[in-house]
Amino acid sequence: MLGIGLLQGLAVTARNFLGSFHDPKRFVTVQYPEERTRLPEAYRNFPFLVSESAEDPMGTLRCVACQICEKECPPQCIYIEKSRDKKPDAGGRPQIYPAVFDIDIAVCMSCQICVEVCPFDAIKMDQVFELAATDRFGGLVLDRHALAKPNSYFQQVHPAEAADVDERLAAARRAAEEKARAAAAAKLAPPRPAPAPKPPAAQSAEAQKPSPPAA
Amino acid sequence: MSAPLIAEPLLERAPLIARDWLTHALPEPLRWIANSLITIVVLLTVFGLLFAFLTLAERKVLGRVQNRPGPNRTGWAGLLQPFADGIKMLTKEDIVPRTADRVLHFLAPVAILGFSFLTFAVIPYGRHLVPVELDAGILYFFAAGSATELSIFMAGWSSHNKYALVAAMRALAQLISYELPLLLSAVPVVLAAGTLSASGIVEAQAGYKWGLVPHWHVLTPWGAASFAVFFISALSESNRSPFDLPEAESELIAGHLTEYSGFKYALFFMAEYFGMCALCGMAVTLFLGGWQAPLPALEFIPSYAWFSAKLLALLLVFIWVRATLPRLRMDQLTRFAWKFLVPLALVNLGASAFWSLTFAWTGPMQAVRWAVSLALAVGPFLLLGLRLGSGIGKRTYRCA
Repeated sequence: MLGIGLLQGLAVTARNFLGSFHDPKRFVTVQYPEERTRLPEAYRNFPFLVSESAEDPMGTLRCVACQICEKECPPQCIYIEKSRDKKPDAGGRPQIYPAVFDIDIAVCMSCQICVEVCPFDAIKMDQVFELAATDRFGGLVLDRHALAKPNSYFQQVHPAEAADVDERLAAARRAAEEKARAAAAAKLAPPRPAPAPKPPAAQSAEAQKPSPPAA
Repeated sequence: MSAPLIAEPLLERAPLIARDWLTHALPEPLRWIANSLITIVVLLTVFGLLFAFLTLAERKVLGRVQNRPGPNRTGWAGLLQPFADGIKMLTKEDIVPRTADRVLHFLAPVAILGFSFLTFAVIPYGRHLVPVELDAGILYFFAAGSATELSIFMAGWSSHNKYALVAAMRALAQLISYELPLLLSAVPVVLAAGTLSASGIVEAQAGYKWGLVPHWHVLTPWGAASFAVFFISALSESNRSPFDLPEAESELIAGHLTEYSGFKYALFFMAEYFGMCALCGMAVTLFLGGWQAPLPALEFIPSYAWFSAKLLALLLVFIWVRATLPRLRMDQLTRFAWKFLVPLALVNLGASAFWSLTFAWTGPMQAVRWAVSLALAVGPFLLLGLRLGSGIGKRTYRCA
């Protein structure tokens, strides 16, 4: 009959209307400043600089001021000045560090290219979105003090990626140590004999090269 | 008439007493003017505030229906939201397009507000609260109400904007289509009550059957059908969803309001809500017994409180409908008016005439009277409903 569908629709909306009063689970929104939802792990907006320790962020920045990110940045929002002196990095080797590292987040388009090109895992994407400033020229240019955040923070916001990075860095550090130890051992020990001839597996692999098809 | 006036509770006459206390010192012609001015100011204040809080209620209810809390930041539970909106509207830039007809562009919001406010004059808000006692009050109400269509077209034409013009044409087509069922559904009431005066119609619905069931027109078969037609037409006349084609946001930017900004836009909004309130007030007057109490035991509550309660209930239903139904297409809209509502209202006129003619029938004939009236109300509805739905199969989506 005509109008039954209308009444059914009205019943649905009435049920939602009344239900929203006694069943808080129905609510699809949260009251933002008081309540917050957990941001998805993949959420990323602006870059920050990773430092090894929270106590001395400026001394333990992973960044070595190689300026790759500055050159790759499409909107050119990164400005870096290299230091003149060298400081020991996390691995203990003396490295150049950024004397100035500014990112203008008013210009940044959150493309994450700086993160992708960084060979030192020194710049990563942040999740902080409450970045309102009263001064739109100076307030939105973040210097290295504002950008530096400890690795523990990175582990907190992007746990999976941070674990991956930590593992990679630890492996690199182990490899470096191994190499250093090997180098030290090589210096002490007499020179080794020339390497043995190729194992048979490699030879057979060479033999199995596809031959040109017969004409 | 003086004896019952003294006997009735003080609250019933309280507004009049307050008014007389304010103006009793003035000489006669001045007092009349002062009384009228006070009436106008009170109406403007009450309906202005009602408009303000209706926008809030609408947003709250729509939010609740969509499982959101709605505005709740400004003031306690968002109660100051309308005033924040008002201040925002006042401080916005008032833009007039360069090619617009400046005079008409300015006059349209003024005219629409004026016309929609005029309709408040004849509605009986309480036993003693009728701003203007007109013998042809119903006629006046519909005449003043139709004039708002002129202002909508004024707005659309003077904006010199294709969206505004298309929307204004749509609005005219829609409003003229629904003016007819609106009037035709009011005529049976006039027929039954035998008067065109709004207070007379309310008086005609006084009394209770068996001391329990009020004699409201909506409780008769023809009255219920008329009320349904009136309600649907009122939805359309006040440009409310699902008939909000004139300002269909997704199709016409903002319809005839496209080139309006700032407080002129707010005035259109206000006029729309005024029109809605006036039509609801008229529906209450015509069908829901006006200011009459629903039970004899509840008559100690002042009449204006009953009117307000009924008015608010109807407005809530308006919002509820808006929260539920999607917008109609233009052809569906006009077809619904001309092929369904108008014939229904016409048949209903006959039902009302039958009801009036058989007024004296008693005993078993009373049952016959009810049966025939019910058949006259339900039969056409079913038949026209079948006809309206025929030829419309399930929609098949070819592209999706």
